[in-house]
Amino acid sequence: MELPLLHLALVGTPNSGKTSLFNALTGSRQKVANYPGVTVERKEGFFVTPLGRQVSVVDLPGTYSLRGRSPDEEITRDFVLGKASGETVPDLVLCVADSTNLRLTIRLLLELKRTGRPMILVLNMFDIASRRGITVDVERLAKELGVPVVTSIAVRKGGTADLLKLTDEISAKLAAEPQESSWRALTVSELRATQREADRIIADCVSLPSRPDTWTARIDAVVLHPVGGLILLALILFVMFQAVFAWAHPLMELLQSGFDALGELVHATLPDGLLQSFLQNGVISGVGSVIVFLPQIIIIFLFILLLEDFGYMARAAFLMDRIMGGAGLHGRAFIPLLSSFACAIPGIMATRVIDNKRDRLTTILIAPLMTCSARIPVYTLIISAFIPAKEVWGVINLQGLVMFGLYATGIVSALLVSFLIKFFMLRDYAPAPFMLELPDYKMPRLKSIAIGIFTRAKMFLQRAGTTIFSMMVLIWFLASFPQPPAGSTEPAIDFSLAAIIGKAIEPLLAPVGFNWQIAVALIPGMAAREVAVAALGTVYAIEGGKEAAEQIGQVLATKWSLATALSMLAWYIFAPQCASTLAVIRRETGSWTWMAVTFTYMLVLAYAASLLTYNVAVALGAG
Amino acid sequence: MTDTNDTRSQMPLGLAQRGYTGVIQHLSARDAGSALSDIELESRLIELGFVEGARVEVLHEGLVGRDPIAVRVDNITIAVRRREAMAIIVA
Repeated sequence: MELPLLHLALVGTPNSGKTSLFNALTGSRQKVANYPGVTVERKEGFFVTPLGRQVSVVDLPGTYSLRGRSPDEEITRDFVLGKASGETVPDLVLCVADSTNLRLTIRLLLELKRTGRPMILVLNMFDIASRRGITVDVERLAKELGVPVVTSIAVRKGGTADLLKLTDEISAKLAAEPQESSWRALTVSELRATQREADRIIADCVSLPSRPDTWTARIDAVVLHPVGGLILLALILFVMFQAVFAWAHPLMELLQSGFDALGELVHATLPDGLLQSFLQNGVISGVGSVIVFLPQIIIIFLFILLLEDFGYMARAAFLMDRIMGGAGLHGRAFIPLLSSFACAIPGIMATRVIDNKRDRLTTILIAPLMTCSARIPVYTLIISAFIPAKEVWGVINLQGLVMFGLYATGIVSALLVSFLIKFFMLRDYAPAPFMLELPDYKMPRLKSIAIGIFTRAKMFLQRAGTTIFSMMVLIWFLASFPQPPAGSTEPAIDFSLAAIIGKAIEPLLAPVGFNWQIAVALIPGMAAREVAVAALGTVYAIEGGKEAAEQIGQVLATKWSLATALSMLAWYIFAPQCASTLAVIRRETGSWTWMAVTFTYMLVLAYAASLLTYNVAVALGAG
Repeated sequence: MTDTNDTRSQMPLGLAQRGYTGVIQHLSARDAGSALSDIELESRLIELGFVEGARVEVLHEGLVGRDPIAVRVDNITIAVRRREAMAIIVA
């Protein structure tokens, strides 16, 4: 008889190695979604035990207690208590502990026990603990806690064998009727008493060497140095952005030539006509021009995941706390803002680590000003078409310098906006506390990083396959219909709906130097910014034929003035963000108002910046 | 343990210099002037391991106003602002 699916839940403090255990158990058999009604990431994975039991495991958000003081922590509490809507009560809770740091987890476990759920304590990273001379009397610990205890080394092959065996044993004799929960929120004195009890048990069962992790101390002496640490942080960011452009280049060329060849093939095999134009100009050149940026997105996520896994992100927040405080931002806002360089959506979702509502709102409002990877296509295209690739001061590439300037402008404007918000809107502002564990450094785990990158790349490609694809079909349709009357000598696109729409908006955008083709591209650019490039590609391709489709950069260089190009760059620093970002802001703030505020202020900034750039450039003779 | 503590005067951790080592005597959230309520601040400090008897050492300080501070609490490191650290009375 087939046994029913066994439901496991992983609970643990932040930095307990919960996620690496989750990856070790499930590999790539993971499903990432949201909990209903909230934007807390729900990660579920599947595996089969040695005895053949099918298991589903949910990686719950890290927490220090069941008090639930943020949406994440509420999910963990409700899930364990079986109160989360639409969720099955877990059959078995795996409480995951970092073996080198048991105090906080044992206290959490004592609190978890009151929920009455069957539980296993997993002493993770047991190899690191042993290497540091920490010894744990596992049997005694299990007896004192009244909970089975198992050691695991999530990062090693076979390191979870004992855990799997124990899961089989326990699941075989799980009671059919659930135990009653006696859990209620702990008072301060109960909390203190629980910590004392945890400390007593640890004193009985664990022998700690007096020496701390010398590597972490040595690295921190440099990384957390008041001045040296900040210089290092700047250096890391610089290398990261250099890598995004330098390393990705060969791969991008490869992808580009692949798509070009595919387009050629379609052009050669199919007869001239609508189908050929749809496949070559609409589908291949449109979607292709976006997929080309996959290498850059992988590289930026590679850096973010590496730094996170290594334990550096918390240090960066420590270094930046007071500096960002000057602009009215919380130190914890650093991580969400850094993620926003990849994409504002994960960035805005990451603001959940900020528990103060106002700090969180400010961070959400400015996150879209961080230059996200979707702007890279626009920047790269225009810079390579208009900015000469010459060296300045012998070493620095002028194109790279312009790119750096665009990023810097984004950051400076974000800080200014944050300062203005603090100054005008949230005057009775009391700084929220900054309390953060600085975990010991760990070698980043290749498998975890690979899974993380894979998940994100998949999300990007899905987006390219759905949102961007449908936008491209729409643009192609608008640019192709209605067809020109027979015998007309002007380009076909002049008769299209796209031209009609673009020309209607053109007067509004003429002061900033945009022509009607740009106006057409800006509209789908709101669905996803990178589509603007593809849309320009399609519009000029249909207008100019095959040659134009191959070298959109060269076409722009002949059709636009330098002032228009610079104005377009300035526009995209602020670029009223994509529809998905607006949707996330709406969901995260629970308010249409804040979404409208973000859209409006960015549109105003974009217009003002472009107006200024265009007119200054024209005055200097670049018109 | 107590013999060394009796000879040192009590002070809030928020005033400690880099390199300071001591033992937590008690928590006094009222004195911190934090944006959090007293109960909330005290709960959070306990959850991060700041309990009576824990050994603390100030490992690092930030650049601006020597704030925040990185504190070794027994065998973990916690970053906290001096404002909140005022609630932790050490000796």
